[in-house]
Amino acid sequence: MENSPRKGFWEAMNSLDRRIIFLILLVCVAVPLLLNVGAPIPPTPPVQLAYDAVESLEAGDVMMVSIDFDATSAPELMPMLHSALRHAFSKDVRVVMLGHIAIGLPLGHMALEEIAAEYDKEYGVDYVDLGYRPGYIAVMIAMGRDISDIFASDYQGTPLAELPVMTGVRSYNDIELLFGFEHGAVIDYWVRYTQARFGQRMTFGTTAVMAPDAYPYLQAGQIEGLVGGLKGAAEYENLIGHLGLGTRGMPAQQWAHLLVIGFIVLGNLGYFFTRRKG
Amino acid sequence: MDSMGMIIGTWLAGFLTLAILSFLYKDNPFYKLAEHLYVGVSAGYWLIYVAFFDIKPMLIDTFMSETGFEKWIILIPGALGLIMLSRWFPKIAWLSRWPIAFTVGIGAGLGITANLQGYVLPQVQATILPLTGFTVADLSNLILIIGVVTTLMYFYFSKPHKGLLGGGAKIGIVFIMVSFGASFGYTLMARISLLIGRLYFLFHDLLRILD
Repeated sequence: MENSPRKGFWEAMNSLDRRIIFLILLVCVAVPLLLNVGAPIPPTPPVQLAYDAVESLEAGDVMMVSIDFDATSAPELMPMLHSALRHAFSKDVRVVMLGHIAIGLPLGHMALEEIAAEYDKEYGVDYVDLGYRPGYIAVMIAMGRDISDIFASDYQGTPLAELPVMTGVRSYNDIELLFGFEHGAVIDYWVRYTQARFGQRMTFGTTAVMAPDAYPYLQAGQIEGLVGGLKGAAEYENLIGHLGLGTRGMPAQQWAHLLVIGFIVLGNLGYFFTRRKG
Repeated sequence: MDSMGMIIGTWLAGFLTLAILSFLYKDNPFYKLAEHLYVGVSAGYWLIYVAFFDIKPMLIDTFMSETGFEKWIILIPGALGLIMLSRWFPKIAWLSRWPIAFTVGIGAGLGITANLQGYVLPQVQATILPLTGFTVADLSNLILIIGVVTTLMYFYFSKPHKGLLGGGAKIGIVFIMVSFGASFGYTLMARISLLIGRLYFLFHDLLRILD
């Protein structure tokens, strides 16, 4: 039994070179992406709630968009940012962007300019980028009193008073909804300092890693909706009727998940058989 | 028609992507180059951002534009910031404790109220749920309440986990494991999404074999 073919197979599987696993995973992700077989993903309740929160806005209302991620999370968060901006601009909602992750804010700005151009929106009139100020908590609390206290000007240095989009926008009282895109703990600050203290309506798009941490806020009603990971982005794309990278990536995501499940099963079976022999 | 800058930038990004991914085969000089470049560029980028979005508008411009008391009070945080740099000089490094104490004091003061008001109380309130019927929502509420109570039992270490406490703690472990499983699943999705993003860039932006 020591050299039985079955044991040899499981031992070989258990000592499989990890680079072979990487290669198989690469094929599993690349092939569906190249075949471009993405189909609309039905929305789950948390994403539907996020969509409903934006849908509840009326023309001229203000949606604050917070860019709290950087390039390391862009593949997940950029598709949902694009969708949320498309949704807001399609309803003629004013967009006020800011960010708490300095290195990621240009990504948000690029998305803002790209989507604004699709809807013929004008900078300073329909949307604005306030830029970055350090210190999450100080910025959040100060904006509850007066946004111009902390952002005297936009990212280009133009005073807020000279930007028509900021007319009548003084504090959270004048912002109907905050839509944050989060890859870290900034979501906790938004909820604990801005929602709890000022009662600001808010909804979030998060990386998949962050989503389980954000669900308690949704369950407690502290946030109105939650778009989690690439799947959430695909669902939001379906809701606004504009399919993008989120939807396109889902077949690759599914194949990769099946592969990992297969490897987990194989790994456990291998462990079971080799341990029994030992 | 893309500009030459865009073309060079895309090819550079493509090269750096492949250099980073090459680590999956084994450590190599291309990976090291990309890694060091990333760290250096990030640090430089941060420096520029802090200078132009922090020090200039909030310290220098404010000092130049304000008058009276507002003008001079801005020097206090400025001085505290400078004192932080005393850590570079061992003989006066102790001075840096002042701004640190200031920061810790403010953080603790704000954090205590925010965590109570914005986390503990709403979460406790959200756990006090009605169990009056036999609907799916009631079942969901029951599972949530059992999950919270038994997980808390598991983390109660002042008594041995025997009897009722032991039984509750064992159920709590199941809920904790389900939570870990959900987190692992989501983490897997996140990591695969990053790979999808990079491959999409290579296929779409670099090689242009995708629409």
